[in-house]
Amino acid sequence: MREDTRTFVFAAVVCVTCSLLLSGAAAGLKGLQNANKAFDVKRNIVKAFGIDISEMDRPTIEGTFEKHVSEEKAGDLPIFTWTDDGADKASKYAFPVSGKGLWSMLYGYLSLDADLETIAGISFYKHGETPGLGAEIEKPWFLTQFSGKKLYAEGKPTDFRITKPGYASGDMEVDGISGATLTGKGVEKLVQKDAAAYAEYFNSIKGN
Amino acid sequence: MASAAKKLLMDPFSDNNPITIQVLGICSALAVTVKVDTAIVMTLALTAVVSLSNFVISLMRNVIPSGIRMIVEMAVIATLVIIADQLLQAFLFDISKQLSVFVGLIITNCIVMGRAEAFALQNPPKDSLLDGLGNGLGYGIILIAVASIREILGFGKWLGFQLPLGENFMGNGLVLLAPGAFIILGLLIWGQRTVSKYVED
Repeated sequence: MREDTRTFVFAAVVCVTCSLLLSGAAAGLKGLQNANKAFDVKRNIVKAFGIDISEMDRPTIEGTFEKHVSEEKAGDLPIFTWTDDGADKASKYAFPVSGKGLWSMLYGYLSLDADLETIAGISFYKHGETPGLGAEIEKPWFLTQFSGKKLYAEGKPTDFRITKPGYASGDMEVDGISGATLTGKGVEKLVQKDAAAYAEYFNSIKGN
Repeated sequence: MASAAKKLLMDPFSDNNPITIQVLGICSALAVTVKVDTAIVMTLALTAVVSLSNFVISLMRNVIPSGIRMIVEMAVIATLVIIADQLLQAFLFDISKQLSVFVGLIITNCIVMGRAEAFALQNPPKDSLLDGLGNGLGYGIILIAVASIREILGFGKWLGFQLPLGENFMGNGLVLLAPGAFIILGLLIWGQRTVSKYVED
């Protein structure tokens, strides 16, 4: 019995010590972690607007976001607008895109030019695809292909495609990634899905 | 440095390497070795965890009730790992995004539990700390070797710097996948055992 009591007391002491340490660490670092996550989202929205952020440091990106980007609502859906220096009307619109890749969910932002048809840029900030293959979706060579392509035509989503590498032609196709056909299919699907979800909103603000 | 302490620290680098001789920690050696920078951070995280867990468990070695010995070790290790993960998320966010679940998986890394059971329970805190340090770094040296081979062959880069390999260099997709890492690891184990003349009994 004495041995049992000792075991219980020991277990209780270990548990309490560990939980105190963990809650201390979690509570103490929460502020920094949330700031990191919030910054990660901002950085990707700025990137989706077609801005080259590779040479920008954190305060510059934060400043750019504060100055140009504002969040609005498209019905129940979030939408971000970009206003150029001195302009009083938004010149670009970005919305979140997400969907299944090969191994994981892909999360990113896609932005449209003022004509509400042409893609200005796209970025992905969270995924679990294979480095060197599917993870190429976050590389500039893949993402820059999207700029200038047509996402909508006459108020309807276009038949946007990701083709075999080297086969993309016209203004509704981009090259896929060699060795990551299924990740490419996932990107194609999620772009189409979210383009459809936002079609109504973009039609409603057209001509305003 | 006393020769006993030196032996504790240096043995895991070759004669008793946790990966190539003890064949522990293979899972993470395949998973986090695509690039050298993630391998380095993983090495630091694991070294910190295994040293501290060895130290703490060694301090408690005479008072741990034998019936709950392993679960207490688990609690200590899990606590340290979660704290390491929280620190990475707060201070090295980009790298913690790349390591994703693998920091959490240090908990299941056989090296940590293995050193606690095999060494820390029988030895004083100072020796256990050195043993943990040695094993963490011994693990890391293999991790960084595998990562270097993979990053060079796969991307033509090392630690993110472009190597002068010419414009016709094509990255090899196989070495970037887990099977490629497995082959590289096998070759390293072969090479290391040939040099150290280690034979499995």
